[in-house]
Amino acid sequence: MRHIREDRLPTIWCTGCGNGAVMNAFVGAVDDAGLDMKKSAIVSGIGCSGRIGGYLKADSIHVTHGRALPVALGTKLTRPDLTVVAFMGDGDAYSIGGNHLLHAARRDDDIKTIVINNMIFGMTGGQQSPTTPVSMLDGDSYLSAGPKPLDGPMLCAVMGASYVARWSTADFTELRSSMKTALTTRGFCLVEALSQCPIQFGKLVTREPLGLMKWIKDRTIRVEEAEKKGTAEGKMLVGEFIKDGKGLRPELVELIGRWSG
Amino acid sequence: MEFLSGSEVIVRGAMTAGCRAFFGYPITPASEIMALMSEELSKVGGVFRQMEDEIAASAAAIGASWAGAKAMTATSGPGASLIQENLGMATMLEIPLVVVNAQRMGPSTGVPTVGSQQDLMQAIWGRHGDQSLLVLCPSSFGELFTMTIKAFNLAEIMRTPVILLTDGHMVNLRSSVSLDQAHEVVDRKMLDAKDAEAPFRTDESLVPGFPPLGKGFNVLLDTLVHDERGYPSPSSGETKRLLVRLKRKLEKNIDKIWTHEESGVSSSEQIVVSYGSSAISARRAVEMARSRGKNVALLVMKTMWPLNGDEMRRILRGKKRTIVVEQALGQLTWLVGPFTGDSEVVSVTSLGRPPRPNKIERVILNED
Repeated sequence: MRHIREDRLPTIWCTGCGNGAVMNAFVGAVDDAGLDMKKSAIVSGIGCSGRIGGYLKADSIHVTHGRALPVALGTKLTRPDLTVVAFMGDGDAYSIGGNHLLHAARRDDDIKTIVINNMIFGMTGGQQSPTTPVSMLDGDSYLSAGPKPLDGPMLCAVMGASYVARWSTADFTELRSSMKTALTTRGFCLVEALSQCPIQFGKLVTREPLGLMKWIKDRTIRVEEAEKKGTAEGKMLVGEFIKDGKGLRPELVELIGRWSG
Repeated sequence: MEFLSGSEVIVRGAMTAGCRAFFGYPITPASEIMALMSEELSKVGGVFRQMEDEIAASAAAIGASWAGAKAMTATSGPGASLIQENLGMATMLEIPLVVVNAQRMGPSTGVPTVGSQQDLMQAIWGRHGDQSLLVLCPSSFGELFTMTIKAFNLAEIMRTPVILLTDGHMVNLRSSVSLDQAHEVVDRKMLDAKDAEAPFRTDESLVPGFPPLGKGFNVLLDTLVHDERGYPSPSSGETKRLLVRLKRKLEKNIDKIWTHEESGVSSSEQIVVSYGSSAISARRAVEMARSRGKNVALLVMKTMWPLNGDEMRRILRGKKRTIVVEQALGQLTWLVGPFTGDSEVVSVTSLGRPPRPNKIERVILNED
C-alpha cells in the first residue's frame, strides 16, 4: 500500500474490474525492480485506466485523451533521470492516440507504457473499441472476419520497440514480471494487460468477473506454444514478443503472417 | 542594429527568455521558427523534437514544462486548430507554455503563404469549457523580441499558456532591429514542501506554486476538475471555485498582463484602433493624417486577452468615430464593440496583405 494514495480509496472501479489487478501488478513490479517512486513520473490518459495515475503515490499527471505518450516524451527528454511511465486504455492508446503510439515505438522513446486492454470503451458505456474481437464474440476465431482488432503489441514490435509483452490479468505473475522487465529496460517498452470489464464487455459474455477472466484466458495462447504448433489456433498471443533488446524474431513474423492471414 | 527575419527575432526572444524545450511540426509559415529553435537549442543542451503532429508537439511541450523547462511550440492555421485541446489542458493543469501562432489566411488549408489576423477569436475562445488564457500580439519588429520574452515571463508568473499571436507577414519580413533592449527574465515560483498536501491552495496572487518533479512531493495534476489537494472532485462547489479562480487569477493580475500603445486620446474625437501587423499601417496612416492637420487618436492593442476594461473604456469613451483596422472580417471590431458606446464604428479590413496606409488615411479624412 505504500505506493498508493490511501486517502483516495476506494477507487471508482467497478467490482471485479481488472484495473485493480494491473495496478497491483505494477506496484509489485516497482518493488521488484527496486524503483524509487520518487524518481518516477506517471502520465495517464483518459478512461477508467487513466485513473491509475491518480491512485499511485507519485508525481503524476492526468492528461488529454490519447496524449499520454507525447506528454511522457516531453517529460523524459527534460528529466532523463526519471523513469516515465504511461498508463493508457485500448481506446486511449490504439484509437485516439494510435498515431502517437506508432511514432513513440518507431523512435523507441524511453517510456514504460502499460496498456490496459479491456476490448471495450468502458467508461462511456460499452462502445466498440479498436480491439473488440468482433468475430470472436460470434464464436469464431480472433481474426477470422469483419473489422480486425488492432493488435497494439504486434504493431509496436514491428515499429521497433525495445520490449513488448502481453498477458491477461489471469497471468498475474507473468504480468508483474513483464512490468519489472519494462521498468528496467531502456527504450520504448509496452506491456499490454488483457483485462476484464465485467460491466460493459461482460454484457457480451458474462458479467461474472471470474467467468470473464476465464473466457479471456481461454482465448489466449502463449507465443512459445504457438510457435511450436505453428499456429495461434485463432487465439490472442500472450507472452514476451520482443525482449533483451532484440528485434522481431523470424518465427514470430512468420506466425503473425499465418495468424492474421 | 541587426538585419533579421521576424522568425529570427522571435527565436532570439525565446532563447533570451530561457526557453529550453521546443516541439513542433512543419507548417507554413511557422516552420522557420522550428528550424531556428533546433539550431539554438542544440547550442545550449536544450530539448528539441519534430513530432508526429501538432497535437503531439503541444502535448510534449506540456510534458517538458511539467518537468521544469520553459517550453514552446510554434504553429499556424490548421495546427492552431489542432492544439486547442492541449491549450485547454495547460490551462486546467496550470502549466506554463508559450505557443506562437503565425497566422495564415482563411479556414481549412486556406492560403498557407499569406498572413492574416483571422485567428483572434480562436486564440481567445478556441477551447471548450468557459476558460481563457493570455493572448499577446506584437505590433513591431522590436516587439517580436520583447513580447516573446513577456510571453514566457507571464506564462511562468501566471502558470498559464500564452499565445503569441503574430502572422505570416511579421515572421517572413526582414528588417533592421535592435535587440539590445533591457529585459527582465522571470522564473516560475516553486511549491514549498510544506504546501505539497494542498498544492492548489493559493495566496492572494491566486497562482499556486509549481510542484517540482523527483522530490517526493507526489503532486497529482489532473485535467478533471480538482480540489485544493489536486484530487478529482465533480462537486458544483469545487467546480465553481476552480473555474472562478482560473479566471480571476488573470483579471487580478491585469496590471502585469496589460500593455498597449496610445497617442492623442484626450484631444481627439476620432480614434484608430488596430493591432499586430495592421498596426504598422495604422501608425503610418495616423502620422499622415496628422501631418495634414487632422486631429486623430491611436490605440494599438498588444494584450488581446484578457482586456483591461478600465483602460479600454477610458481610451474609447466619448469618441464620435472609431476606425478599426484589421486583416479579418470584423473580429477586432467585435472585440472592441463593448467599449465603443455611441461611437460610429468604421471597419477597415484588408485580406491578403496588410492594409495600405493611404486607404486608412482616406477613412480618417472621411473622404471615402
